[in-house]
Amino acid sequence: MKITVSKAIGQALHEEMVRDPNVFIIGEDMGVMGNVFAITKGFRDEFGADRVIDTPISESGFTGIAVGAAMRGMRPVVEWMYDDFITVCLDPVMNQAAKLRYMTGGQVKIPIVFRAPMGAGRRNAGQHSQCLEALFTHIPGLKVVCPSTAADAKGLLKAAIRDDDPVVFLEHKLLYARKEEIPDGEYIIPLGKADVKRPGKDVTILTWSRQVYFALEAAETLAAEGIDAEVVDLRTLVPLDWETVSASIRKTHNVVVVEEGVKRGGVGAELSAQITEDLFDELDAPVGRVAGLNVVSPFSPVLEDAEFPHPADIVAGVKKTLGR
Amino acid sequence: MEENRRVCDAAWYRTAYEKMVRIRDFETKAAECFTRSELAGNIHLYMGQEASGVGTCMALRKTDYITSTHRGHGHCLAKGARSDLAMAELFGKESGYCKGRGGSMHIVDVDVGILGANGIVGAGIPLATGSALASKMKGDGAVTVAFFGDGAANQGTFHEAINMAATWKLPVVYLLENNCYGVSTEIHRVTNTETLAVRAVAYGIPGVTVDGTDVEAVYHAVSEAVERARSGEGPSIVETQVYRYQGHYCGDPAVYRPKEYLIEGKAKDPIQKARARLLELGVSEAELDKIDQDMAAEIEAAYEFAKSAPAPDPAEVTKYMYVSDNERSVLR
Repeated sequence: MKITVSKAIGQALHEEMVRDPNVFIIGEDMGVMGNVFAITKGFRDEFGADRVIDTPISESGFTGIAVGAAMRGMRPVVEWMYDDFITVCLDPVMNQAAKLRYMTGGQVKIPIVFRAPMGAGRRNAGQHSQCLEALFTHIPGLKVVCPSTAADAKGLLKAAIRDDDPVVFLEHKLLYARKEEIPDGEYIIPLGKADVKRPGKDVTILTWSRQVYFALEAAETLAAEGIDAEVVDLRTLVPLDWETVSASIRKTHNVVVVEEGVKRGGVGAELSAQITEDLFDELDAPVGRVAGLNVVSPFSPVLEDAEFPHPADIVAGVKKTLGR
Repeated sequence: MEENRRVCDAAWYRTAYEKMVRIRDFETKAAECFTRSELAGNIHLYMGQEASGVGTCMALRKTDYITSTHRGHGHCLAKGARSDLAMAELFGKESGYCKGRGGSMHIVDVDVGILGANGIVGAGIPLATGSALASKMKGDGAVTVAFFGDGAANQGTFHEAINMAATWKLPVVYLLENNCYGVSTEIHRVTNTETLAVRAVAYGIPGVTVDGTDVEAVYHAVSEAVERARSGEGPSIVETQVYRYQGHYCGDPAVYRPKEYLIEGKAKDPIQKARARLLELGVSEAELDKIDQDMAAEIEAAYEFAKSAPAPDPAEVTKYMYVSDNERSVLR
């Protein structure tokens, strides 16, 4: 069956809410309105206002409330309307959810999911367009998931909801409308498993979320020029599927990390460092990075398109790494 | 109001007295150890505020919950934490409540309803509210008390969480301990109202201010708020006016406050007040001295336990980060 990514996310939430009465969703405009991307339309009628909680515009308050409920055995799914809003509610995520299990010596679990749309391309300017996965991967205690396909979004979200640790689940806004095949029936995609989207022998492209599609497009262009690129969709950034990453690099001996977020201090910087530390002898060339510029996401479409990587940038990045 | 409601009997007062003395002795011992450099880090002491924590927790059941603050030893002991496991946590030992991972500002004992002290001022307010939301959803009848200070009352979390709790009629009590100082800053230098409980009007909930050195007054005010919360009528703010005998942290000379503050506070000492009331109720000096001796012995034993308890194993520094996939999640 073909469904959109947003519908797939809605299905995951729906199935988990039916399965487990401790699962509830909380955030702004999710109930009566059914979420700004229509993901939870109809949920309030079906599950009631007590499990589909419309909050005031109080991100810090409702995020902290959800963490408190998780400490008491509930399994909240929090939605921030945009991941950019993390700036006003970082404490309950970074100092509470991420740390409480450790700081209590294992007395509590925080089974919570923080969902948020992210990403540029909708001409929403600097406060509604960021990819902030690097910020979350920097925080010990969080797991970080960035799906690219409808099937992955559903299976990974179900896994995230069933996980006993706090999971940040970042959905690229420009992927919501993609219609794709998903498996029939109930399925789970475990966290921490990458997916090799396109096998290749000359270079490994490590990427996730929307850039997976750009990388696949770039790989076709490269193929026409005789470069066989392997595209690895990491899907989960924490825990990282190092086994798949290292196997691919041991095969291709060249690697380019592609991300939409800003380059400085990005996930690509971290991956590059780990690859250099552990796989230096496998590399034919320094690890390449294709990433967003270190600037604010601009409003004007011509400027915005110049800020984050497109397929042509990936083609150029791969060629640079290969010296071609 | 509280003056004409002296209804608590000798047995009740004896329990309250014992709990307050336990806290005072615990804090005194902790301060000694800290001054002798037996404790690492930093501690924030509850001396002077004992009646607030004890009066509040005596209005709660074991199955009720609290969240606490950086000045949390007293709240935790009042709610039923064990002094030996708490002391071991201050010493950073594996036998401590949090296996040495949390320390003084983070004592937690979920089994007796202590969801945790917290190092971030105001962070416990939404957590307590979330606990109350969980209770409402589960229908377990539990009430959660959020302890916090006058400093936390000026954090945004105070407004955001109380607004939601009031609207959703959550079973929570906001227990605001006003000791007049956020670290060094006197509350009226940064707040334009005489009391803080008046803010309750803004949320359409009850707000009362009581003498936080009077354990019975605190108990009555909190009991009323707890009853209201448990019956589904929603939250209340109870402001207890207390005195922080020490500076912000142990060793802070508190030069920023007038000496009258401490003179006034010591004159209203909550433990002396309770002792006087017990004598009035016919309890003998000898019986009270016995409580004092028992508490001193308990705290001495807690100290010995903590001192001799094993330290955590450095090889286990990554333990307890993640419930599942811990090794991979901390490795890369």
